[in-house]
Amino acid sequence: MMDEFSNELRESTMTTEAPSQVPSNTTPQEPKTVDLDHVPNKLDQEDVCLEVKDFNLFYGAKQALFNVNMKIPKKRVTAFIGPSGCGKSTLLRSMNRMNDLVDVCRTEGEILFDGGNIFDRRVDVTDLRRRVGMVFQKPNPFPKTIYENVAYGLRIQGINKKRVLDERVEWSLKGAALWDEVKDRLHENALGMSGGQQQRLVIARTIAVEPEVVLLDEPCSALDPISTLKVEELINELKERYTIVIVTHNMQQAARVSDYTAFMYLGDLVEYKDTDTLFTNPEQKKTEDYITGRYG
Amino acid sequence: MSMPLKVWFRKGDPWVWLNAGAVAVCVVMVVGLLGLIAARGLTHFWPHTIVQGTYEPQEGGSYRLIGEITEEEWVAASRVRDAGVEIPEDVKVVKRMLVKIGNRDVTGFDFRWLIAENLKDVTAPEDLMVIERREWGNFYGYLLSVKKDGQVIARGEEALAALEERLDRSLDLFEQIHTIENSDIGSINYAQERLRLQERSLELQGKLDAAAQQRLTEERSALDAKYQSLKSELDALNEQIGSDSLVAEAMGGEEVEIPLKHVVQFKQPNAMSLFQKIGSYCHQFWLFLTDDPREANTEGGVFPAIFGTVLMVLLMSVIVTPFGVIAAVYLREYAKQGPMTRTIRIAVNNLAGVPSIVYGVFGLGFFVYFLGGNIDDWFFPESAPAPVFGTPGLMWASITLAILTLPVVIVATEEGLTRIPKSLREGSLALGATKFETIWKVILPMSSPAMMTGLILAIARAAGEVAPLMLVGVVKLAPSLPLDGNFPYLHLERKFMHLGFHIYDVGFQSPNVEAARPLVYATSFLLVAVIVVLNLTAILIRNRLREKYRALET
Repeated sequence: MMDEFSNELRESTMTTEAPSQVPSNTTPQEPKTVDLDHVPNKLDQEDVCLEVKDFNLFYGAKQALFNVNMKIPKKRVTAFIGPSGCGKSTLLRSMNRMNDLVDVCRTEGEILFDGGNIFDRRVDVTDLRRRVGMVFQKPNPFPKTIYENVAYGLRIQGINKKRVLDERVEWSLKGAALWDEVKDRLHENALGMSGGQQQRLVIARTIAVEPEVVLLDEPCSALDPISTLKVEELINELKERYTIVIVTHNMQQAARVSDYTAFMYLGDLVEYKDTDTLFTNPEQKKTEDYITGRYG
Repeated sequence: MSMPLKVWFRKGDPWVWLNAGAVAVCVVMVVGLLGLIAARGLTHFWPHTIVQGTYEPQEGGSYRLIGEITEEEWVAASRVRDAGVEIPEDVKVVKRMLVKIGNRDVTGFDFRWLIAENLKDVTAPEDLMVIERREWGNFYGYLLSVKKDGQVIARGEEALAALEERLDRSLDLFEQIHTIENSDIGSINYAQERLRLQERSLELQGKLDAAAQQRLTEERSALDAKYQSLKSELDALNEQIGSDSLVAEAMGGEEVEIPLKHVVQFKQPNAMSLFQKIGSYCHQFWLFLTDDPREANTEGGVFPAIFGTVLMVLLMSVIVTPFGVIAAVYLREYAKQGPMTRTIRIAVNNLAGVPSIVYGVFGLGFFVYFLGGNIDDWFFPESAPAPVFGTPGLMWASITLAILTLPVVIVATEEGLTRIPKSLREGSLALGATKFETIWKVILPMSSPAMMTGLILAIARAAGEVAPLMLVGVVKLAPSLPLDGNFPYLHLERKFMHLGFHIYDVGFQSPNVEAARPLVYATSFLLVAVIVVLNLTAILIRNRLREKYRALET
C-alpha cells in the first residue's frame, strides 16, 4: 500500500515539477557536482562496497533516477535523505534488484558489487539478495513462529539441521538485540509481537543469512520513538559487521546514525558527503533549503 | 411527523429501512423454506394415531375403515361430484381427507380419499396395530395369533408377547442372512468375476497354458466349495426364518397371514405413551438414515444415497482444489497480466454460468464415452464387451462436478492471492528466496483460507447438483456401495445413489405418489443437512486457518 502511495506521490511531483527540473540542471550560479573527484572528501579514504555508475532508472516512460554516481563505503552507515518521491527508495531497491518485481521498470548504467555489475545476465538474483539483505518500511514478519521467521532464510538455503538452526537463530536474535525479550517464546506467532520487536525480528531474519550489505528502507517510519531509538542503537552495532544503507525521512535520524549522507532531489543525487559536513556546511543551496526545512 | 419529508429522506433513514427490509425478507424466506421442509419431512416419522370408524357413503355400501388420516382439505362439491361421489345438492364445499389404509395386498391401494362427513363413530382402539413389512407396505389391523410351522402357538392376549419374542429372533436371523448374502457371497461373486477376467486376460495375451488353467480351476473350486458351505448355511437360516408367521385381521374382516421374515417392526401407536412415541420416532428416523431403500425407494432408508452424496462431494473436492489452486497461482503469479489473462478470467467467470446439464452432456461425451472407452480398450480388454470405465460412474461424476465448480475455486483463490500484502512477498524475496519458494512457503499457506472459501462455495454448488449427475453416474438404485471390503475398496467405476436424484426419483417417478410425498420432504431436509454439515466442516477449517494467518487483516 505505502509503496503504491509513494509511487503515486513520486509521479505527481515529477509531473508537476518536471518543467522546473530541466533548467535546474543548468542553473549557472549553482554548478551541480556529482563528480566527487574535485571535492575533498572523507569518502575517498573508505573501502568501496557498492558503486553506482551512470545509473538511470525508468518506470515506463518516466525517468525516476537521473545519472546517479556514488560509492557506498564498506562497514559504514550511509543515509539517503530527500523529499518524498525523490528516488531514494528506488535507488535503494535497485541495489538488490527489488525493482525487478516492477514490470515496467528499466535501468541503464551499472551498480558494481564485489567487482561485478549486479545487472549482469549471469548474476543469480537470489544469491545477490542473500548477500544484500533488505528491511522494509513496515515490519513484515511472516505469519509463522518467531523461530521459523528467523530460520526462513536458512531453510531456503537448505540448512535443516536443528542444532545449526538453533545456533543461528539465537545468534541472529542476539545480533538484533531481541534475544532477551523473546527467548522464552520462540515458538509463538511472530505477529503477537509489538511493532518495534517485529522490525527487529525482521532485521534478525535478514542478518541470519549473513549478508554483506543491509538495506534499510525507512525502517523506523512505522515505529514509536522508543522502538525507533532501539533500532537506531542496533544500526550502530550492526555497522561493525555490515555495510548499511538507510533511507529515511527523518533528518535527525540521518544525522544521528549515519556516517555519510546523500541528499537526493527529483531523481538527482544532489550532494553526497560525510554527514557532519553535509548538515553543517551544505554546498548546494537545495540541500541547505531542505535541511533547514524550506521544503520536503 | 414533524420532520419534513425531505430532511428525513436526506438523513438516509429510508435506506436503512430498505436495507433492513431486504435482509428481513431473505431471512424469512430461508427460515420459511427450511421450516416447511422440516415440518413436512420430519413429522413423517412420528407414530400417528390409527383410527377406526364406519364409512357410510351416500351411495350406500358402508364398511369399516382402519387407517391413518394423513391430510385434510376443503374442496368444491362439484369437483367431488364429478368424480362420481354423491353429495347433497345444497352443499357447496366438502371436507375430504386422505386416509392411509395400507394393506396393499388386500385392498390394492395404500391411500383413499374420503368425504370427512361420511366417516362415523371414529375411535382409536389401543390394540390396533401397524406392521411395517418388507413387501406390500404397511399393514393395519388387529393381531389374532402367532404361528410356528403352521401351528398356532399363541392367541389373543398372549399373541403380542409371543410376537415380540418371535420377531426378535426373526430380525436376528434376517440380519445374518443379509450379511451372508451381501458380504460373504458378494465377495465370492466378486472374486469369481476377477478370476474370469484373469482367465480372459491371459487368453488375450496368449498365456493361458495348462499351469494357469490348473491354478484357475483350483481357485475356482475353492471358491465354489466356500460358496456351497455358505449356501447350505443360508438355506438353513432361510428355513428357520420362514417357519414363523402371524395372523391378523384386516379392515374388511379378512384374516391375513404374514410371514415374520417380511416384518420389519410392529407397533400399537394408540397405546403408546409420549416417551414411547419419542423413542419410536428416533428409532424410525435412525432406520431412515441407515437402512437401504425398499419398494422402489418409497420405503426404507436412504443410506446409500447419503453415502453416495458425501463420497462424491469429497472426491470432487479432492480433484477440484489442486486444479483450481494451480490454475489460480499461474493466472495471478506467473502469467503476464494483460489482455490474454483478462480474457481467460472472463472465460472462467462465464464458465460458472454455464447450465449444469451442459457439463453433464460434456461429461458423458468426453469423459465417459471417449476417455472411459479408451481406458477400457487399453487397460481392461478382458472385460469387453462389458464396460468398466466406459460407463457412467462415481469417478466421472466427481470429475464432471469438479469441472463445474472449478471457476468458483479459481476465482476465490485468485482473490486470496491478491490480498496477500506485497510486503510479505518482498520480505521473502529479499532473503534470497526464489519466486517458487515464496509462493510455496509464504503465499500459498496464507491464501489457504481463501481456497477454503472457494471450496465451500464449490461444495455448496456440487452437493445440490442433480442434472449432470443423471448423465454421468447416478442411478435410482445401486446394487452395491462404491466403498466396500473387496480390494481395491474404493470402486470408482461403480454407479452410485445421490440424495438429489433420490428426491426427484421418489417424488416424481414413483408409482406410489402419496406414500412418497413425506419422503421427498424428509430427503430434501436430509440433503440440506448434509450440505450444511459439509460446509460447516469446511468453515471450521477455514476459521482455524484464518486465526493462524491473521496478518491479512493488518
